[in-house]
Amino acid sequence: MKTYLIRRCLMVVPTLIGIATVVFIIIRLAPGNPAEILLGDYATPEARAFLEEKMGLNEPLPVQYGIYLWNFLQGDFGRSFATNRLVLPEIIRHLPYTLELAAAAVLLSVLIGLPAGILSAVKKDTLFDRVSMVLALFLAAMPLFWLGVLLMLLFSIHLGWFPVIGAGDPTSLNAIKYLVLPSIALAGTPTAIIARMTRSTVLEIIQQEFVKVARAKGLGEAKVILKHVLKNVMIPVTTVIGLNMGQLLGGGVVIEMVFARPGLGKLLIDSIYARDYLQVQGTVIVIAALFVFINLLVDLNYSLLDPRIRYR
Amino acid sequence: MRELGRILRRMFRRNKLALASLFVILALIATALLAPWIAPYDPNQPDMGDTLSLPSIRHLLGTDQLGRDILSRIIWGARISLQVGIIAVGIAFVLGTIIGMFGAYWGKWSDEVSMRVVDIMLSFPMILLAICLIAFFGSSLSNVMIAVGISLSPRFARIARGLTLTVKEQVYIESAKALGAGSLRICFCHVLPNIFSPLLVTATLYISTAILIESSLSYLGLGVQPPDPTWGSIINEGREVLRIAPWISTFAGLVIMVTILSFNILGDTLRDFLDPRLRRQI
Repeated sequence: MKTYLIRRCLMVVPTLIGIATVVFIIIRLAPGNPAEILLGDYATPEARAFLEEKMGLNEPLPVQYGIYLWNFLQGDFGRSFATNRLVLPEIIRHLPYTLELAAAAVLLSVLIGLPAGILSAVKKDTLFDRVSMVLALFLAAMPLFWLGVLLMLLFSIHLGWFPVIGAGDPTSLNAIKYLVLPSIALAGTPTAIIARMTRSTVLEIIQQEFVKVARAKGLGEAKVILKHVLKNVMIPVTTVIGLNMGQLLGGGVVIEMVFARPGLGKLLIDSIYARDYLQVQGTVIVIAALFVFINLLVDLNYSLLDPRIRYR
Repeated sequence: MRELGRILRRMFRRNKLALASLFVILALIATALLAPWIAPYDPNQPDMGDTLSLPSIRHLLGTDQLGRDILSRIIWGARISLQVGIIAVGIAFVLGTIIGMFGAYWGKWSDEVSMRVVDIMLSFPMILLAICLIAFFGSSLSNVMIAVGISLSPRFARIARGLTLTVKEQVYIESAKALGAGSLRICFCHVLPNIFSPLLVTATLYISTAILIESSLSYLGLGVQPPDPTWGSIINEGREVLRIAPWISTFAGLVIMVTILSFNILGDTLRDFLDPRLRRQI
């Protein structure tokens, strides 16, 4: 188990280097060299030559890659061209808004999806089951930015219950008000997927011998579900949550733009509009790295959920 | 082929929802193809005397802030969305199959290298990789298709690899080798036909994902550039006037939802009917 943990954690390093390499390749394959991209079409040849020199673009490609990787490993992503601030601190400043949103969306999707899936399975073929599964089908097909726009229309514009855009003061409780609609919008698709997955898993598990034994012992249905079925449902559900976390981080980019939340997604898109490519590069790498760490946590979580799983 | 036709007929006879989804998809394809003839107005023609008008007989889905007919824009938007959906999945299919199939067939280091590349690509949330590619290569219809295709390709590579590993152990592959066939010939003439059908099912399932990514990119202003209409950009334009003209975003979103729903239902039914084992892989 310990060996697995160490090996799994060490595997993160080559993956992160791989991510940085993919971004390096994309930038080098893009038309024009990075100095041209950074300075835009109207830069003077002198300015371009100066930046090329400064960025080490006159060096052979392997040397450039070596410099890039060394800087990356030291957390040096350079300075933003738009704000002249260091890229990494800027990312760290925006990070809490994204993590807050992703965590709230995961919590919501589990709190709604899991009970809905279990109830649907227990009440199979009833009206509740049919309605919730049809809802899940529609929810999974809804573009989340559209769901965000609809929520904004109903709850912010018409009813005035929640603020339309922004994130509020992060130190006050008022910030929760700003978090509600974006997290519901972001939780839409994962809730549907978790509900459907939970339903099919519960249906599979309640056919098994140990559940029959529990019922034969005279345990009430609620106890059978909560004590025996739920634990076994958690493994596939955790997998689904893990798989969806990446999409949540990706989806968060879009949702942050809908609600103008100052998270990593908004930082990324604003940097693209401003052609601030060093900021884009750093933000992309950090979001992908977050995804890798979340996957690691999900993997490690399996062994906690199911003691039968012993990695070698 | 005749066998596949028989299976599909049986599938649609049993599952009426899948049949309805197929009709919706065919109707959307027909709409996209016939857009120049069936769109009531030019989708990009502004009419400043008729801005933000409510849905009426003249403009069935109303007009936007520039007086452009929303129905016409949605009809023309279908062209771009379906085009991106189908071509991007085609790119992912070809790229992913080549990487997965050859990697698995040659085995050893080629399999190891290709799968590590795939693992790294999978470390990016799908839309993030597409955004990253668009950010550096610029936004145009072809770049959107390529970016979405590249983002989806690792999923196809994984499935193609798994299927090839099974197929390459079959006796007919041994026979082909014994007859002196080269690895290219074996892969294209013997492996590919045998892994094609599950990959096709996967492709059907991912068309909806490609359409969703395209509409998200368009919503963010990183997809096909204005004035060309896309469903995502119509929602974005509608958001600016959400307070006074909520129908713009609502109708465009409904169309995306129905499209995704139809592809999802059709893809799921096809998967369950043709290859239930895929359920665990996709």
